[in-house]
Amino acid sequence: MREKILTFIEKNSRIDLKELAIVLGVDELTVMNELEAMEAEHIICGYHTLINWEKTGIEKVTAMIEVRVTPQRGMGFDKVAERIYNYPEVESVYLISGGFDFMVTLEGKTLRDVSQFVSDKLSPLDSILSTKTNFILKKYKDHGTIMAEPTKDERMKITP
Amino acid sequence: MRNPLSKRIVEIEPSGIRKFFDIVNEMPDAISLGVGEPDFDTPWHIRDEGIYSLEKGRTFYTSNAGLKELKIEIARYLQRKCNITYDYNHEIMVTVGGSEAIDIAMRAMLDPGDEVLIPQPSYVSYLPCATLANGVPVVIELKAENEFRLTAEELEEAITPKTKLLVLPFPNNPTGSIMSRSDLEKIAEVIIKHDIFVLSDEIYSELTYGEESHVSIASLPGMWERTITINGFSKAYAMTGWRLGYACGPKVIIEQMLKIHQFAIMCAPTTSQYAAVEALKNGDDDVARMREEYDGRRRYLLHRFKEMGLECFEPFGAFYIFPCIKEFGMTADEFATKLLQAEKVAVVPGTAFGASGEGFVRISYAYSLENLKKALERIERFITKLRNKG
Repeated sequence: MREKILTFIEKNSRIDLKELAIVLGVDELTVMNELEAMEAEHIICGYHTLINWEKTGIEKVTAMIEVRVTPQRGMGFDKVAERIYNYPEVESVYLISGGFDFMVTLEGKTLRDVSQFVSDKLSPLDSILSTKTNFILKKYKDHGTIMAEPTKDERMKITP
Repeated sequence: MRNPLSKRIVEIEPSGIRKFFDIVNEMPDAISLGVGEPDFDTPWHIRDEGIYSLEKGRTFYTSNAGLKELKIEIARYLQRKCNITYDYNHEIMVTVGGSEAIDIAMRAMLDPGDEVLIPQPSYVSYLPCATLANGVPVVIELKAENEFRLTAEELEEAITPKTKLLVLPFPNNPTGSIMSRSDLEKIAEVIIKHDIFVLSDEIYSELTYGEESHVSIASLPGMWERTITINGFSKAYAMTGWRLGYACGPKVIIEQMLKIHQFAIMCAPTTSQYAAVEALKNGDDDVARMREEYDGRRRYLLHRFKEMGLECFEPFGAFYIFPCIKEFGMTADEFATKLLQAEKVAVVPGTAFGASGEGFVRISYAYSLENLKKALERIERFITKLRNKG
């Protein structure tokens, strides 16, 4: 049941409880209880909105920063990650396998904002060995959603 | 000048759906619930295989019966899903959609005067195909009280010494009705007793929503040798435009069907066949995902009709729901026309699928939930007005 609820609301978190219950074929109370439980367990961590900022005319710059670090004794990567993710400018932090350690996404108003954050805040952190900043030029797909215009229904309107 | 036309063709009625198609097309802002194909795009990995086959220059004919690789996959699929065994080499042929399979099966099996039993409401092409094959179509009018299933009694009653073939269209378009194993066992007995054949159109076999998944009549004892099983990729994998289906059955019949196919068609589209191999190999998850989504919409519609007090049996197959509109004292055609004029929602009158569809309309749920919600609000407003007037 949880998987069904999550699969559905991952795509559409705005559906109301009653409808969700109908669509999943269970009673409303069950859905409500499950949702509350999953919120409490922090399985559901929020109900965000996917925005295509590009179309608003509001300037935003996003960068993906590859970060190499030396893990701290006794604490591994987690402590370093914490130092990074506590900055509100930081969108996401992932521990990555391969050529570097963390993938940090960062959102700022301008290029200068982002580079300043990297040079003033991120790089000087104790355990950081190096950073490589990649600016995002265009977002094609995010959270499983293609950012381009939604396609029209091209089917013939009536078919047998 | 002489009349250029064949009398037999001229006498065939054009599809009843045509009239609606023309009206709806003039209305750009109409919400249509009249479509008989999935709203999903073909899953990308399947499209990708089609593209890849083009890149590789696989642009030639395949053998008449289809790519060997595809026939092997079809055989595996039918074994796995429907528990029927077919030899890919002689008992399976790939066709241009299920439609071609229906046509050539009838042409291969019927002699002039042979009667073909066609349960209705059902897909629009069985009857004209039977006529074109020189057969005599005999309609069995399915009943709402049986949830539009075919009963052994109805079948028994329709059989005459001339009966050759029964068309078995389940899961059904337009009613959404299915035949369970026990339903099928009952009619199989009658079929065997009277020594007739079955053309089982199972194009919606992947889209069932009950406890029991689809049962193929060919998997029942004594039925394999008298059944042509028709299926395809259109509904299960959202591949309508690829035009790809298949027919399976005893070699003696497939062999003759293949002859017609060979001369009339040559082979099914090569690109589609390569894509279909991928669909059968790696498409199970896609089918499951789409089925799940249809099922949610189905539950939603049922619930809404109950709220509106509109009589409707629970459909367990395909992507149609078939509510009863008899309470409004008008024909299905009138209802659909007025609904379109008043609220700009297009549904298909049940009579487009046979006279026994009178009093019902077909609503397709091959639409997003958002769309269905909007359309249902309009339908609710429409029937509330009708009730208040009456």
